[in-house]
Amino acid sequence: MQPALCMCTAARDPVYLYCYTILYPGFVIPCSFAHQLKGMSEMSIDKRIVDDLVANDISFVTTVPCKQLAGVIEEVDIRDEIFHIPSNKEDEGMGLCAGAWMGGKRPAIIMQNTAIGVTINTLATLTQYYRMPLPMLISYRGELREPVACQVEMAIHTKALLAQMNIPTYHFHKQSDVEELDMILKYTFMCNKPVAILTDANFWGGYGDQ
Amino acid sequence: MIRSEILKEIAPILRDQLVVCNIGIPSQELHAIDDQPSNFYMLGTMGLASSIGFGLALVQPKPVIVIDGDGSILTNMGTLPTIANNVTDNYILMIIDNGSYGSTGDQPTYAGRKTSLAAVAEACGCENVIECRDVDTGPVLQKALDSGKMHILVVKCDSGNAKMPVITMDPVVIRDRFMKAVQA
Ligand SMILES: [Mg+2]
Repeated sequence: MQPALCMCTAARDPVYLYCYTILYPGFVIPCSFAHQLKGMSEMSIDKRIVDDLVANDISFVTTVPCKQLAGVIEEVDIRDEIFHIPSNKEDEGMGLCAGAWMGGKRPAIIMQNTAIGVTINTLATLTQYYRMPLPMLISYRGELREPVACQVEMAIHTKALLAQMNIPTYHFHKQSDVEELDMILKYTFMCNKPVAILTDANFWGGYGDQ
Repeated sequence: MIRSEILKEIAPILRDQLVVCNIGIPSQELHAIDDQPSNFYMLGTMGLASSIGFGLALVQPKPVIVIDGDGSILTNMGTLPTIANNVTDNYILMIIDNGSYGSTGDQPTYAGRKTSLAAVAEACGCENVIECRDVDTGPVLQKALDSGKMHILVVKCDSGNAKMPVITMDPVVIRDRFMKAVQA
């Protein structure tokens, strides 16, 4: 459905696109109304992210639990196109992803930024050394709108560590940043590198209460 | 028997299978005894052999044998619940349990003292957990392969290493020829 008539899409905001296409097919709804549909719009962003994974042929996803990413993880779990395997630690998950990729499937890992501290060795000596692709969808705890002070302690090292590791890094801070996900995934499997997608509380906050 | 003697004995069984081999001296020994494109040698990343092999087994139908160590399993103990709860019958995890960290100079592991890795694997929910003596490794491994069931083998053996050269093959070459063997 072409949302040309929808005033919401004039703002190029993916939430409205989804409210428009999923909730009200064939109807035009105003932005202010769509904004109030928090539950629905949260579901939509989770679905949109997983749609992008599936569209990029990602069929093996490992996750560790996260409050911000809970909806994405749930969506990953119910999709027939994706084999979802929760892991107990993120380096274990990266091992699973390495094996899955060598077996012919495109993997992804969903984790928190604290895991960068856990996985530096694995990223260097497995993922990068053997030159393997790995999209890392990361909950960026400890950024703006963070309620827990200790999370900031790892947040302030996150980008520096990723930069030191020469890991391409994208930071989703505004709702519309999600529009780059599809390109980032294509880029990851083009260059066979681990790539970080940091998604902060402001990004998720745009889709509902945190 | 020490690990290298076991590897020599089971080399004819391993030759036709996809093998993921633990970091350090185990990979050096396997590489020296019988290098095959179907062997994935870990050059780093202590602990992840079981996870790499498991990811591979989950996405394709060929049998995968992981040659792991007691120290490596202790490093990545979280792997056992993951394996137990996501059974794939083309997966065999063979833990060469010599009660020591061989590659770093045979320092003792807890598996050589009070901790039973077979009991840990069972407590994690793994089925077909078999602890065996070093001399029985060949027949036990062959039987596990023939059964078509996921197995965890804990091979109790002596501590010690054979003097083998370091693997100088480029990691991308190891990975590329391994992926071709997977697809063959
Ligand atoms: Mg050992």
